[in-house]
Amino acid sequence: MASIREIFRTLRLPDFCNLGTWLRILLGVNGMALAAALQGSRQLGSVPGNFVELAAYVEPITFGSLVMLCGGSRWLAPLAPLQKALTALLAALACATATAFLLAPLDDGRASLPRLWLLTALAVLLLLAWFDLAARAHAPALAEARLMALTARIRPHFLFNSLNAVLGVIRSDPRRAETALEELAELFRNLMQDNRDLVPLSAEIALSRQYLDLERLRLGERLQVRWDVESCPPDALVPPLMLQPLLENAVYHGIEPLGEPGEIQVHLACRDDRLSVQIANPCGSAESGNHHAGNRMALANIRERLALFFDLEASLTTETAGRRFQVRIELPYRREGAK
Amino acid sequence: MSGALRLLIVDDEAPARARLRNLLDDLAPQVPTQVVAEAGDGIEALQRIEGLTVDVAVVDIRMPRMDGIELARHLAKLAPPPVVIFATAYDQYAVKAFELSAIDYLLKPVKATRLAEALCKAVRTPPAAAALTEVAEAIEPGGRRQLRCLERGKVLLVPVADVVYFKAEQKYVTARTREREFLLEESLAQLETEFAQRFMRIHRNCLVARDAVGGYERDHETAGEADPRWALILTDVPERLAVSRRLWPQVKAALVQG
Repeated sequence: MASIREIFRTLRLPDFCNLGTWLRILLGVNGMALAAALQGSRQLGSVPGNFVELAAYVEPITFGSLVMLCGGSRWLAPLAPLQKALTALLAALACATATAFLLAPLDDGRASLPRLWLLTALAVLLLLAWFDLAARAHAPALAEARLMALTARIRPHFLFNSLNAVLGVIRSDPRRAETALEELAELFRNLMQDNRDLVPLSAEIALSRQYLDLERLRLGERLQVRWDVESCPPDALVPPLMLQPLLENAVYHGIEPLGEPGEIQVHLACRDDRLSVQIANPCGSAESGNHHAGNRMALANIRERLALFFDLEASLTTETAGRRFQVRIELPYRREGAK
Repeated sequence: MSGALRLLIVDDEAPARARLRNLLDDLAPQVPTQVVAEAGDGIEALQRIEGLTVDVAVVDIRMPRMDGIELARHLAKLAPPPVVIFATAYDQYAVKAFELSAIDYLLKPVKATRLAEALCKAVRTPPAAAALTEVAEAIEPGGRRQLRCLERGKVLLVPVADVVYFKAEQKYVTARTREREFLLEESLAQLETEFAQRFMRIHRNCLVARDAVGGYERDHETAGEADPRWALILTDVPERLAVSRRLWPQVKAALVQG
């Protein structure tokens, strides 16, 4: 039965601190409670009463276990998947026991403890099995995240214009041309590598600076960038190629159509375990439709990759205020080493 | 350098202009050229070439303020019009339109051999100015966005969207905006076909912007006559515009519809 052992070894457990996980678990257990209430009622009218009675047990057990598992995620991280699953089971059983004792005076001691343990264990196993299945079904999507990172590739417009700019300075300023080609090579190396894992924010910022340096070769003084990254921890982990496509959008839609110099503002901040990224650029009034379509495509791509990496924990919003366009990304602050 | 081609280079990126100049220097033994003007956008280009003769214009498509397509429409109206060669890094839509026309284009980064070929072709078989207007219309429909006006040797550009009416007076056409009048060197008939969407003919000598009309009244000059004429009231300017008797039924129908 090597395959069963293999399944246990590669068991995929959810991130117990993730809002999406909580939402799904709550939906799952309440669904089960509703089914139990329906089964235990002879008439439809008594279903709500029965459900509320069940909920008095279900909610404290669920929330209690989730809080324990999330709070202990640091100690859980080094454990093997099976050990983690057993910890989750034990946490739920402990919560069930505590709840049973707390509710005993209200419930005439009707609830038999072994019965509650069995039901809790069953619910935990069902949920973990479901998360494992869902994660397995999602695995092709993770591979796709890499593919999409590749399609979030640099616009041909940028590649050809940059090459043209390098050719333009190669005689007058060979050194500048050399740096530009080095930067271009580095940029494409990053685009073509395996982009399946989160990368440190510092690396993403370095890549973005190289990209902007290349754009400055073409656009000169027209491109002004203000970085505000002091208050941001460089070890934060972000999806690869999160900043660069947004900056490319900002240059293409914000700076290039502008008759005078324009400024892109990049603001990164970290507060309460949340990382926020804001990129603002000037926006002209007369933009033709297909440029907007290109912009939306890049944004949709990043939004989708954020969802693949962080589920509901990350968001991307845009707004146009006056003559400035702003993209704002919120994501959980994760560090290297920690899960 | 009597036989040298007089060139205009328009690109918003300085290195791109430098690259073209380098290539032209290299090609000088085969195709002698002389760059008479360089500009960073369409408006600057029109100002720079005023009073000069240009044989060939190499024009980038994507530029701020006035893009290459709009510039080409203005260049097509010059006498004599230069041969326009477009340059683009990546614009499949425009390239498709060029393929279908006689207008030549260069893909950036530009190759020396390709540039030489385009210049030779421009001298040997220059396409008609009408082909240029047609291709511009295929890429950006709706005619020019701005009108070129010469005032004391300076080029002014009047946004078409600001024009309330055009009036033909002897040799010239005036364009009236909310603020003032501009003298144009164009014919009313050409303006009528180019901007048929926006303007309608109300008199032998007058085109009015459809959305500038506020109402109509009996023309005071003909008030005593048996069949008095009608005049249009405009929202942004005080003067009234006489409608010819012949055109009144059409004008009225258009006003009722709009």
